[in-house]
Amino acid sequence: MEGQTMKIAVASGKGGTGKSMVAANLAFTLSRTEPVTLVDCDVEEPNLHLFFPAPVISTEVTVPIPVVDDTRCQHCGLCGEFCQYGALTVLPDRVLFFSELCHSCGGCMLVCPNDAIHEEPKRIGTLSASVPQPGLKLISGTLDTGSPHAVPVIRAAKKHAARDQLVIIDTAPGTSCPVVEALDGCDACILVTESTPFGLHDLQLAVDVATRLGVPAGIVINRSDGKDQETLRFCIDHDLEVIMTIPFDREIAAIQSRGDILCRVRPEWQKDFFALFLKCSTLAGVER
Amino acid sequence: MIRLAVISGKGGTGKTMITAALAHLLPGSLVFADCDVDAANLELLLSPQLIRTDPFMGTKTAVIDPTLCTQCGECMDHCRFGAIERDGDTYRVSPLRCEGCAVCVHICPVAITMQPRQTGEIKYSETARGHLVHARLVPGAGNSGLLVHAVKKTAMEHDPDCDLFLIDGPPGTGCPLISTISGTDIVLIVTEPSLSGLHDLKRVVAVCRQFRPRILVAINRFELELSLTERIQNWCDEEKIPVIGKIPFDPAVIESVRRGVPVTDSGAAPAAQAIQILAAKLEQELKNFGNQR
Repeated sequence: MEGQTMKIAVASGKGGTGKSMVAANLAFTLSRTEPVTLVDCDVEEPNLHLFFPAPVISTEVTVPIPVVDDTRCQHCGLCGEFCQYGALTVLPDRVLFFSELCHSCGGCMLVCPNDAIHEEPKRIGTLSASVPQPGLKLISGTLDTGSPHAVPVIRAAKKHAARDQLVIIDTAPGTSCPVVEALDGCDACILVTESTPFGLHDLQLAVDVATRLGVPAGIVINRSDGKDQETLRFCIDHDLEVIMTIPFDREIAAIQSRGDILCRVRPEWQKDFFALFLKCSTLAGVER
Repeated sequence: MIRLAVISGKGGTGKTMITAALAHLLPGSLVFADCDVDAANLELLLSPQLIRTDPFMGTKTAVIDPTLCTQCGECMDHCRFGAIERDGDTYRVSPLRCEGCAVCVHICPVAITMQPRQTGEIKYSETARGHLVHARLVPGAGNSGLLVHAVKKTAMEHDPDCDLFLIDGPPGTGCPLISTISGTDIVLIVTEPSLSGLHDLKRVVAVCRQFRPRILVAINRFELELSLTERIQNWCDEEKIPVIGKIPFDPAVIESVRRGVPVTDSGAAPAAQAIQILAAKLEQELKNFGNQR
């Protein structure tokens, strides 16, 4: 390393295109020559730990939520009026708080004229850190089931890796706030797609998000059956480079299904994933 | 009206393909909603004719008037979402990060106001089997849970007398999924025989159980890893969750997606036959559910 840090995100738009597979193999390959941190930011359904079983150290992710002090509260209703999310309802004799609606903005505490609100931490998920093999650190964010707010867990997972040199971030499918949070601040992103109308439709949306965030993107076509013309045309029209094509292969699918890593079972793939990494470095403008 | 949502936990297991085939096969009057609002694909298989488009206004976002801003930076210090950034001599709100809490307006009522912002659109369309409500979220926008709620509400208000409300759901377990399954009667979880599929199935079942719909499971591409199909079946047996369908891997599925039709359209393919059996079992479930009411 020449002291330059790099963060590469793996995203997709459509689910199930092979994000985790690409992220796991990229991290596995790179960890053989330099330290890598792999961050699972698909906190609603994190899967990378299935490919890298190892003892973990877990910590809780919490968000601050308001607690009303009944002895000070005058039931004036200002907090309930202020809350944009409807998380506080003020009755003549008490305040009802709906924690699943709260965004932890702190506004209620600011507007309370009686100093009756303070904040306490509420658990919404966990971070697990492990070293499944030399050179590889895995950080998995997991949202507690039933908790709706993925973003703070993603933020905590990324923060945990903030000082690391080389970071690979696996994101959730889709194009809304969890993806924005994971992609934001990355130096390059790999968009994994498949050559179907669903894959292409959702790739267009993912490209749009990456563009809005100013993150340079390269395309990986996964499970290619050779009928990639539409995807290739889209890439040419939008000046996007296809940086890897992985063929449809039942053996690759089976390796993935049982939680194994392609580059471990078939080491000849390592050179392809190393080449993918070099293309990401070029996208990011990082000299390697 | 019975409300049935097709969900998955893990993405890419075949929700939309199965929802479109069920739209083709299930009897009675139907209305559909595509609640995977960040990446809506059901329209690609149901050939909808657009009737109407309505703007979707998400929560308001903060806007700073640079002519009134005194560059004190108080707003940035109080924003917990990192949504306010310095922009040369003044400050600017990033609409992608702003969650609409209005704390900055409280801090600086002079220069900052909350402004409505369109973050998507809701489309109401006609298909061969009933109306479809679908949406498009501006890429990168928040409020997907609110948009899901608005999509469902549109469908239930416009077609309240339909026998079945069939919903194509989002992946994951967060706010769009919770918004999708709240108020549904039955969820059909589509999974696949992989460690990830099983792991994600367990998590999404845990979320569903907080809402009490009847839970059913279908295993797509079941023969690609039979040992995992068996593990999923055993887990579902232990949890008393009926596995009502096992659909084989079939290149006809991709072909039908490329043609923009449900795989059951041409009938004879192995996946189509398996989905016909799934639909028959689901029809029985719907009858039982209707009788219990």
